[in-house]
Amino acid sequence: MKAFAALYTALDETTKTSVKVEALAGYFRAVPPEDAVWALHFLIGRRIKRLIETRKLSDWAMAQAGVPEWIFAECYAAVGDLAETIALLLPPPVTCSARPLREWVEERLLPLRQWPDDKQRESLLAAWNEMDERQRFVWNKLITGAFRVGVSQSLVARALAQVSGLSAEVIAHRLMGDWRPEASFYAQLIAQDTGDAAVSQPYPFFLAHPMEGEPEGLGDPTQWVAEWKWDGIRCQVIRRQWQTFVWSRGEELVTDRFPELASLGAFLPEGTAIDGEILPWNGNAPLPFALLQRRIGRKLLGPKILAEVPVVLQSYDLLEWGGEDVREWPLEKRRAQLAELVTALAPTGRILLSEPVPFESWESLTELRRQSRARGVEGFMLKRAGSPYRVGRKRGDWWKWKIEPWSVDCVLTYAQPGHGRRAGLMTDYTFGVWSNGELVTFAKAYSGLTNEEIARVDAWIRRNTLEKFGPVRRVKPELVFELAFEGIQLSPRHKSGVAVRFPRIARWREDKPASEADTLDTLRALSSN
Amino acid sequence: MPLLQVDSDGLWCEAGGFHIDPWNPVPKALLTHGHSDHARPGSHAYLAGDPSRGVLRLRLGPEAHIETLPYGAPLTLGATRVSFHPAGHVLGSAQIRVECRGEVWVVSGDYKLSPDPTCQPFEPVRCHTFITESTFGLPIYRWDPAPQVFDSINAWWRSNREQGLCSVLFAYPLGKSQRLLAGLDPAIGPLFCHGAMEKMNAVYREAGVPLPETAFTGEPVRGKSWSGAMVIAPPSAQGSSWMRRFGPVSTAMASGWMRIRGRRRHRPMDRGFVLSDHADWPELQQAIHETGAETILVTHGYREPMVRWLTGLGKQARSLETRFDAEDAE
Ligand SMILES: [Zn+2]
Ligand SMILES: [Zn+2]
Repeated sequence: MKAFAALYTALDETTKTSVKVEALAGYFRAVPPEDAVWALHFLIGRRIKRLIETRKLSDWAMAQAGVPEWIFAECYAAVGDLAETIALLLPPPVTCSARPLREWVEERLLPLRQWPDDKQRESLLAAWNEMDERQRFVWNKLITGAFRVGVSQSLVARALAQVSGLSAEVIAHRLMGDWRPEASFYAQLIAQDTGDAAVSQPYPFFLAHPMEGEPEGLGDPTQWVAEWKWDGIRCQVIRRQWQTFVWSRGEELVTDRFPELASLGAFLPEGTAIDGEILPWNGNAPLPFALLQRRIGRKLLGPKILAEVPVVLQSYDLLEWGGEDVREWPLEKRRAQLAELVTALAPTGRILLSEPVPFESWESLTELRRQSRARGVEGFMLKRAGSPYRVGRKRGDWWKWKIEPWSVDCVLTYAQPGHGRRAGLMTDYTFGVWSNGELVTFAKAYSGLTNEEIARVDAWIRRNTLEKFGPVRRVKPELVFELAFEGIQLSPRHKSGVAVRFPRIARWREDKPASEADTLDTLRALSSN
Repeated sequence: MPLLQVDSDGLWCEAGGFHIDPWNPVPKALLTHGHSDHARPGSHAYLAGDPSRGVLRLRLGPEAHIETLPYGAPLTLGATRVSFHPAGHVLGSAQIRVECRGEVWVVSGDYKLSPDPTCQPFEPVRCHTFITESTFGLPIYRWDPAPQVFDSINAWWRSNREQGLCSVLFAYPLGKSQRLLAGLDPAIGPLFCHGAMEKMNAVYREAGVPLPETAFTGEPVRGKSWSGAMVIAPPSAQGSSWMRRFGPVSTAMASGWMRIRGRRRHRPMDRGFVLSDHADWPELQQAIHETGAETILVTHGYREPMVRWLTGLGKQARSLETRFDAEDAE
């Protein structure tokens, strides 16, 4: 546990991926396989269901620390995390344990659920008493099933690649599917290559550059192909040797996050690689990206979220066909082959073709671009006719021509502290716009400012609080922010009569006095176009 | 009328005709210490503890009219007798004792009880009413002993040196920086300070506080290697172009807030060391207890929980609204 808590701390303390990989590799080299495999289990986000109600945990911690409930609540508000609050509040430990992770997990953690209350309590108090604050924090997180650490599966794979001498792709592949946290699995994981290396390998993605200036600069419009720019997750779907691999642009294997695409894979001919976008789709139009984000945030994909946010593959390029690399084929030839394939697979309901948008002139395309918002897309992609599929960020053949998001300038009216990473800082804001000389609340937003700005806004709020209602503070109507959002609807349920979707802070308008913020009429006008 | 009360300019003493740590310019200001939320320029005349003379001169400018008193020496002001007593916070920091017709009030300013070689230790002063800070007034705030913290800072520096990195440690220029310098092991490598610190270091050395040798970071020099060095810089330098000259760095911050993971992660830094020039929860309790005061007025930080806690212990406790902004000063 000591080594695992130290690893957690090292990973938590740095933002540099190289340092994280180094720390992971160092840990895996130092511990026996039966500990390594449990660490792996937790690191890649597999969880144990909560073993104990948090209520009991807090009660026992309060009793042990000798503090009343109200002060526990104050501490929790300042820390923003229950496991950490308990770790910090408990009296200092009596001894420091050297028990290995496997023993803690298998003998002290997993049996907790079947034990009666008094045995649970006794075991927990004993554990807390032999752990320092860092170990306690990790332990509490494991007990409550909320352990999370800032490493991706691909980072863990890189570290294990370093330890084993295998490639990170092989490790990522071996980590897929079902496995039990047992020493034998860990041994197989780092065993020398058994020929599974090249099977899953994706192609490097070709990336578009943002367009500068007007499309006229691109010259003859007949030399360009336009497609709507979809707001999803860029991916490659690969079918080789009766296996399907879905790779995200971060070169992370996400096959098990998208069962829809995994099952689509079974219909693909052997030796196929498709480039496209994972889109949340309601049957005939894209759903907002934020819904997809919500789905990605879930560790467990239940039937409810799968039904609420189904995905399709919006395909736009073909990279491998019949086991052959076809990236040098001209765009038209790749697309024609892809179109034929998509037509054949249409009955699965899992794949679409991102059709070219016909246009006569740059003016007519500019006109069409105004439909972007209504169609739920981000603008256009422009691809040079006849071009091959290139590697990386090479300029010239692919351009993205995005629309600006909707935005208004509004005034900060209420604030309250955030949770987790932003604990204790005022980060949850409520905004208003002017209507008949009064500020009407119309949106709440949490994100979008830099850390430095958050600190300054926080200090300002503390000095300019007019009233407090519990954690909520009404502040002087003085600070102006530009708020961007995805959609706007008239809504009788809101005082302002309008509701915006997915609002976020675009920037802090320090140059604007509150009197110059936008009005409710401006918002209403936006909703009508 | 209470002996001290908050008016629009600060903590006002009617009987003595002076303010303590005023936030607006006033005729007569008594200062607890040099942090910017307590010592603000513009007042006509200042009175403070002797060892803070250099600090206040630097902070308030060459024109300011500053007088000082040795710790413990009484002075009559109007109907009151005032004296300054060490607060253990930073060089020259004082608790201000105000006595009037047998009634004694003590204004703590900011304070800590843990030992610090760069300033005189906190001295408990008996009083009827104690005005205490409560920056870290929650029981989650509990500091490890300073030597343990310095061991881990030195270990971090050593490991950076081995990897060829320059260590950059962010800390506030007055107090925290000098305490760090005094605790760092100069055998590990050369020590450099941002200009803001060097000026304050000179003031400390002049006051007789022994600090290891440091050098000013100076103008960027092409080709100079910073590998293995320790640089102490104000938090505002973080992410600025000033940082570029050091090449590959590992960064850290030393502050009491670093005890909270959310606060540590809030800044894009490699390490956060828990080192504060304010009292932690047990120290606050101890200090308040040792004054013997029946009435406690609470400023700074977590006021409401502290008031409720003290009330629960049977004391008269109230929150006092001031403009001492501990988050900027820490
Ligand atoms: Zn201070
Ligand atoms: Zn202060």
